[in-house]
Amino acid sequence: MFDTLYARLFNSATRQKLLAFASLMALMIFFSLASPNFMQTDNMVAILQATAVNGILAIACTFVIITSGIDLSVGTLMTFCAVMTGVVCTMLGMPVYVGILAALISGAFMGWVSGMVTAKLKVPPFIATLGMMMLLKGLSLVISGTKPIYFSDTPGFDLIAQGSLIGYFAPSVPIPNSVLILFLLALAASGILNRTVLGRYTFALGSNEEALRLSGVNVDFWKVSIYTLAGAICGIAGLVIASRLNSAQPALGQGYELDAIAAVVIGGTSLAGGRGTILGTIIGAFIMSVLTNGLRILNVAQEWQTVLTGAIIILAVYADILRRRKA
Amino acid sequence: MKISHSIRSLAVATAAMALIGASNAQEVYIPLVSKGFQHQFWQAVKSGADQAAKDLKVKVTFEGPETEAMVDKQIDMLNAALAKKPQALGFAALDSKAATPLLKRAQAAKIPVVAFDSGVDSDIPVTTATTDNIAAAGLAADKMAALIGNEGEVAVVVHDQTSRTGIDRRDGFVNRIKAKYPKIKVVSVQYGGGDHLKSTEITKSILLANPKLKGMFGANEGSAIGVLNGAKEMKRKIVIIGYDSGKQQKAAVASGEMAGAITQNPVGIGYKTVEAAVKALKGEKLPKIIDTGFYYYDKNNMNDPKIAAVLYD
Repeated sequence: MFDTLYARLFNSATRQKLLAFASLMALMIFFSLASPNFMQTDNMVAILQATAVNGILAIACTFVIITSGIDLSVGTLMTFCAVMTGVVCTMLGMPVYVGILAALISGAFMGWVSGMVTAKLKVPPFIATLGMMMLLKGLSLVISGTKPIYFSDTPGFDLIAQGSLIGYFAPSVPIPNSVLILFLLALAASGILNRTVLGRYTFALGSNEEALRLSGVNVDFWKVSIYTLAGAICGIAGLVIASRLNSAQPALGQGYELDAIAAVVIGGTSLAGGRGTILGTIIGAFIMSVLTNGLRILNVAQEWQTVLTGAIIILAVYADILRRRKA
Repeated sequence: MKISHSIRSLAVATAAMALIGASNAQEVYIPLVSKGFQHQFWQAVKSGADQAAKDLKVKVTFEGPETEAMVDKQIDMLNAALAKKPQALGFAALDSKAATPLLKRAQAAKIPVVAFDSGVDSDIPVTTATTDNIAAAGLAADKMAALIGNEGEVAVVVHDQTSRTGIDRRDGFVNRIKAKYPKIKVVSVQYGGGDHLKSTEITKSILLANPKLKGMFGANEGSAIGVLNGAKEMKRKIVIIGYDSGKQQKAAVASGEMAGAITQNPVGIGYKTVEAAVKALKGEKLPKIIDTGFYYYDKNNMNDPKIAAVLYD
């Protein structure tokens, strides 16, 4: 009996998550010992806040990467949704909840377009989403008139990310809503991935798309659905970043997709598709922001920060490859 | 196992750096959070700040996001800077409104904030060390007018219309032309984000649309290089006045391809920011704006020691 319990606790998937989690803990312990400024409430909140947007984008990427696709447009799609929210709330004067709907709908719609281009037009995901990335970057600038859209006349908008529901009930834990949104989204995404048909087909598409097609499943429909879901998640990211800055910054976003993909990969999801976990992605996102924040606290010169982060990404993926070979 | 060895040595290296960083806990520490980092202009500001740190015996760090659109990354940097419990703070806001909550935190913690370059649209900073961009762009307008015989058509390529520098340089140039040179018409003002390529394409469009155009003003280094490239590709001879320096622009001014340019004093901006912070900590009263100065340079005066000192590569 203990054999099966041991096997279940320490199977490959659990070990993968434990390794990533252990690395995160090791980093935090290291930085706490290296500087007394690291482990303060304000700094912990800052790390959580800095991870929120990247974490949400990484969750969107996780779905797409598990299908052995990739989505390079997540960064500019986030900005596009933020701009759409801005237009709806400020220029059209609609209330906040309409703005929230605008973000989700624009995200889902553009995700749907990416999916259609990939599935129906058979353009490889790398190219399709690269094109979408540029298209959305331009659209964001066009719609906003290349100027930031400020939400100062939309009261309550900044509370979406900057308010603290948790802090309302427990004043000593001032965790901003952006983080709460990240965790709730992670729970929901994990549920979708592991307990729904969509989730099952996500893995199947990544493992063996042909076999799935031959067994009579409407592969195109599910692919488009996954990209649409990823797009909607980017809409949530757009809401969070717009609320955090209390403005929609149309020039921002390009380059954020690489941080998101890095988080997914550090978390153990393979770019080849077929396997991955939301928890791994979240841990990966935190490893990146803890590393960046810790190096800043230690006054490591900015040039060196990215050198170290890049090195850690390569080491993390290599460690994962080695572990997979042994398993 | 090889991996744990590499990770371990990486950890040791970082720990060594940390010890070096953490050893000076007693010194006055002033972090500067800037609008950018890798452009030579910002590196010149950093060198001024480093020099002031050495002269005034304080500890200074300098950081900024990779692009001027990364407003949230700058906020993360500001957060981290405040977490290190500095004595004073230097800041050049990408978006003043986004930074206000953090500046309020600094104010509450009695950390004086010295704004530099674009500054911050708020009354929290105790002073702003910056170029008087309106006057500087006005000088560019005067030089342009003189070079085209006080009449004709001109155009402007600016980096943006949201930052203080973008707005001030555009208005400084355009308003001066309007006020003093009624026979000169500004036919077009376009925004290229400071990106060389984009500004080049914009310049070419402006030249195609205005065959009688006599001169163009590029309001920052990237825009000016774009104007230069655009005019070259269209084989049009126009009077070009730029802004800031950088290797390419300096070479263009030296060869005469560019009639001249306005230079700020980036080293002075960095130096005066740190100097003002130290003064604020001593309780000295500071003026609202510290004018760090500007010059017009062309191939005749760019080798004067005073001018050469503020030109960077």
